[in-house]
Amino acid sequence: MNENRRDFLKKAGVGSLIGLGVVSAINVATEEEGKASTRSEDTSGTRMGMVVDTRKCKEDCKACLDICHEIHNVPDLKMPDGSPDIKSEVKWIWKEPFHNAFPSKSSAFTSESLNNREVAVLCNHCKDPSCVRVCPTKATFKRSDGIVLMDFHRCIGCRFCMAACPYGSRSFNWQDPRDEANSGKMIGGNDINTEFPTRERGVVEKCNFCAERLAKNMIPACVEKCPEGALVFGDLNNPQSEIRKVLKENNTIQRKPELGTGPSVFYIV
Amino acid sequence: MIEKALIGSRRYWTWVIALLILIAIGAYAYSQHLIHGLVVTGMSRDVSWGVYIAQLTFLVGVAASAVMLVLPYYLHNYKKFGKIVILGEFLAIAAVAMCMLFVVVDMGKPMRVINMFLYPTPNSILFWDATVLTVYLGLNLLCGWVALQAEAKQVPPPKWIKPFIYLSIPWAVSIHTVTAFLYAGIPGRHFWLTAILAPRFLASAFAAGPALLILLCLLLRKISDFDAGDEAIQKLGTIVTYAALVNFFFVGMELFTAFYSNIPGHMHTFEYLFVGLHGKNALAPMAWISMLLGLFAIVLLIFPNLRRNTNILAIACISIFASLWIDKGISLVIGGFVPNPFERVTEYTPGFYEVLVTIGIYALGALILTVLYKTAIEVKKEAAK
Repeated sequence: MNENRRDFLKKAGVGSLIGLGVVSAINVATEEEGKASTRSEDTSGTRMGMVVDTRKCKEDCKACLDICHEIHNVPDLKMPDGSPDIKSEVKWIWKEPFHNAFPSKSSAFTSESLNNREVAVLCNHCKDPSCVRVCPTKATFKRSDGIVLMDFHRCIGCRFCMAACPYGSRSFNWQDPRDEANSGKMIGGNDINTEFPTRERGVVEKCNFCAERLAKNMIPACVEKCPEGALVFGDLNNPQSEIRKVLKENNTIQRKPELGTGPSVFYIV
Repeated sequence: MIEKALIGSRRYWTWVIALLILIAIGAYAYSQHLIHGLVVTGMSRDVSWGVYIAQLTFLVGVAASAVMLVLPYYLHNYKKFGKIVILGEFLAIAAVAMCMLFVVVDMGKPMRVINMFLYPTPNSILFWDATVLTVYLGLNLLCGWVALQAEAKQVPPPKWIKPFIYLSIPWAVSIHTVTAFLYAGIPGRHFWLTAILAPRFLASAFAAGPALLILLCLLLRKISDFDAGDEAIQKLGTIVTYAALVNFFFVGMELFTAFYSNIPGHMHTFEYLFVGLHGKNALAPMAWISMLLGLFAIVLLIFPNLRRNTNILAIACISIFASLWIDKGISLVIGGFVPNPFERVTEYTPGFYEVLVTIGIYALGALILTVLYKTAIEVKKEAAK
């Protein structure tokens, strides 16, 4: 960046500081470093995030997926032939081949082991979530600790958030997720966990970073269950946290950071 | 005045009853939504909006096109539209009513629809869309009804109505702009993420809406004593011609930007729509039909001598209407979801009940239009005596 532009940005930053007060002080700080400022670079407050070490993740292991869907009463929808029902399925965390999870980062020359590696994908709990921006009822909202949550009782099922999420992280209950013929069970056979609400049909749902467990000072179930220690959870804005240590020591990437959403899930590849 | 819609010929009542039957079938199909959920539709986790939201998008355009009569008549004092301006306003009422129904039937929790106004959320474009559509419905009901009442009493319309009429002009532009913003403002859906979406929506609306009005005028000439007049119809034909040309110019600009820049995300949906992606091409026949019908219509419209022939004008209007209905009522919304965020292609085919609900809502719109047009024509007939 040339000096004139930097000067201009500095002046613009100072100008907005006078105009807008304390909030813009953060913008000036980032502009001082000579980088285009985006709100996602603000590191004040709490911002819960996750690091996925894709090198440690074992191909056939489904420990994180299973425990998540079990405790959160996520139905396991299958076609009559046993294959997953891709039309109606509900999923909070699942695995995608690297080239699907990171379409713009894979090429013919990416190592085969990376291109076909299965990586865990989940809601990115974005810093500037587009789903929250579009929701007409505030049924999906960002908490002060950065976690993006759903109010299942307010959601009108318009699915604007599903169109707006660039990560395909959201699922809709096209049908009743509870097994009508088998009370006490979800479709697919899991017992209903009475500690967590089941959903009615017609609402959207997604990963909640185990907000209900965090409230009891427990870590997310996927992190706890991972036998390889491939998942690290913590406050991205706390320089002393374990997750910051991992981020400092490893090169990480985010899914589609160019969209300005500020994903809080990072991947070591 | 509305009581005038209760007296009609045998043919009129046959039509009304036929519409009522279609509405009843649609209502039955909708009961399946309420019993089983939206699983009975063809929508999926990947293509999470289908024909319902696509019809909303298309019909907002039809509603907005009333401005193509209101503006020349009230702002430019183009007298020839005096007779038919009410037809435009009443078409807008029927179209907005359909829009609202399409939003509601698409909802997973329709009983909670009022949450949109209980928890107003100004950062959500859907909130604004619901707001501007409601106001636009009110404006057209008010302006149309007051003007018709004045005509019935054979007095000039009251002065206080003028500000509402003037307001309805920018408001018509706003409803379609806001509808485009539903799509054009969300990251990661490259097909929709284009600044030209709102202008393109308006161009296609001002072609499809007036084309429908021409067809309705020609139909009324056949089945009633109401004659819009050749000059008014020809003027509408000119509007359709220019708007259709601008629309296809905009489509060409989209194609240029996508394919000359060679950015994969910007090309994918166009590829899917016209030649297929990853071997899947369910929408390709529709996309080509739309393109060819549109170009065919333009050839018929662009030569004044051709479009002066009412039969050729009618064929051109049917073609352009069908072309733009496919473009906006199918390709635009469904195509935008392909490929999905993982660059996979999931295809969409509307479900059986979904089609019936769609037909039912169109039948209800047609019934509203029939009742309003019948009233207007009877009033005009009496006033002429």
